[in-house]
Amino acid sequence: MTEMGATRDGYGDALLDIAADNRVVVLEADLGKSTKSLHFRKAYPERTVSCGIGEQNMMLIGAGLASSGYIPFASTFAIFTERGFEQVRNGIARPNLAVHICGSHGGTHTGTDGSSAQSIEDLAIYRTLPNMVVMHPCDTVSTRELTKQLVELNSPSYTRTARNKTPVVHSGREDEIKIGKGIVLKDGSDVAIIACGVLVHEAMKAAEDLASQGVSAAVIDMHTLKPLDNDLIDRYVAKCGSIVTAEDHSIIGGLGSAVAEYTSSNNPVPIERIGVKDRFGESGEAQQMLDLLHLSSPHISEAAKRAVARKA
Amino acid sequence: MQSMAIEELEDMARRCRVEICRMTHRAKAGHPGGSLSEIDILCGLYGSRLRVDASNPKWADRDRFILSKGHASPGMYALLAEMGFISHEDLESYRVLGGVCQGHVDMKWTPGVDFSAGSLGMGLSYGMGCALAARMDGSSRTTYVMIGDGEIQEGAIWEAAMAARHHELGNLKVFLDRNNIQNDDFCEVQMRMFDIPAKWHGFGWAVKEIDGHNMHEIVEAIAWLDTITDRPAIIIANTVKGKGVSFMENNPAFHGAPPNDEQLQLAMTELGVSV
Repeated sequence: MTEMGATRDGYGDALLDIAADNRVVVLEADLGKSTKSLHFRKAYPERTVSCGIGEQNMMLIGAGLASSGYIPFASTFAIFTERGFEQVRNGIARPNLAVHICGSHGGTHTGTDGSSAQSIEDLAIYRTLPNMVVMHPCDTVSTRELTKQLVELNSPSYTRTARNKTPVVHSGREDEIKIGKGIVLKDGSDVAIIACGVLVHEAMKAAEDLASQGVSAAVIDMHTLKPLDNDLIDRYVAKCGSIVTAEDHSIIGGLGSAVAEYTSSNNPVPIERIGVKDRFGESGEAQQMLDLLHLSSPHISEAAKRAVARKA
Repeated sequence: MQSMAIEELEDMARRCRVEICRMTHRAKAGHPGGSLSEIDILCGLYGSRLRVDASNPKWADRDRFILSKGHASPGMYALLAEMGFISHEDLESYRVLGGVCQGHVDMKWTPGVDFSAGSLGMGLSYGMGCALAARMDGSSRTTYVMIGDGEIQEGAIWEAAMAARHHELGNLKVFLDRNNIQNDDFCEVQMRMFDIPAKWHGFGWAVKEIDGHNMHEIVEAIAWLDTITDRPAIIIANTVKGKGVSFMENNPAFHGAPPNDEQLQLAMTELGVSV
């Protein structure tokens, strides 16, 4: 039986892991139970700041704390971080203050709450900001490791976590998990599937399916979208000669865009991008959403075959 | 710190007014009106109360001053030059490529600037973070924030107003520069705000109204702020936009426009500079 977990729990556990550092403070916007910062609040109420339902204020309180030597972790739903985007842009990223923003319940995978809750543009907008690190880990283990590493990061960050459970794929490889370094989950030689977040497991299923059809697919967990692991991309461009990207995010501006931007200026190869095709979601269970929006493994397999066929 | 005498503070403000006019004239851009309305308060605060050290601008336990209405940067720069954080030559770099004095105040560019402003409605929230940090540190340092009256039309101001009272931030002090003019026109035309003191009272703040150009009242009010320790406090300073330069006073045209050559000469004469 595959171990399952929600990445938001990895975030909540990491906050407790790093709590011994007195500089760590947690900011909440009335969603601590959902983003899982509540465990930190219970243990360290004196270092937890309730911002009420006020995300714009929360972002800048974080900036003020960071300017005074603290390491703030501010969480709310991914979609509601976007309300404070200009605060993040002007008040956090511009002065390069190390505020760490966690947007939980990201993507269409968040499910039945419907389109208002399904942030599919968060990774794109934060990726445009100088100084920002942008991450979307795929499981509880990597979310926990990456969140812990943020304490040592001297720049702001945005991390998207998910509400619903996904398979744990990184158990036992904690030492390999580093901000800015993609992880090769499966090697291959015909096509490299570069995925993030909840689609990493779908990519693994697609690779198994492709193997049964004689296509050798590598799978890379690109948990950090910015800075992008260009060296790893170069290696797999050379090795496979074609790429599929996969993300539970708009096809515009996210991981697929990042990979295409890099390779098109360096070593162009055929790229097929799996993502939400410029539309909003709707209410549905997580897996139903992935199927509806053509993000699930059969669609990744088909994209891989198209990419391979496009090789000269 | 040793408080400066009222007459000294008044003369420092006069000298700052001269520089505000010169800077915006030289740059052929900038915001003289709101700089002239705020400058008496800034001089009163720095000259009578603020614990900062020009030789160590990043001193961790300094008081903080956050100019949230960051477009009124000429006033801030003129004051920082008076206080020795920057040189008077630096004032010539206002709005010049690579210059210490950026268009809007920026903590990454100017020693003595505590917040990168320029977008309204942000400084109060940032100041809350600074005040919370001081409390967590067990420090008695104080955070002061200056906001404009047009600025309180930004909704985020009220998120911060509510949260600062909830957290009982007695170490957070605000000045509201009530100069009655915003970018396009008089506030009464753009967005009527009705009873501003009542709004802050309603959010649970300690509130005091003063004449923002009377240095005695300013210094007294700054001392009053220190008596409020259980909740945030705000001084609503009734000011005149463009104060001190007759043709700029209460004139919306000088929110974001510099004096021309002829106007500069007139301003210098009015401010007691022989030309």
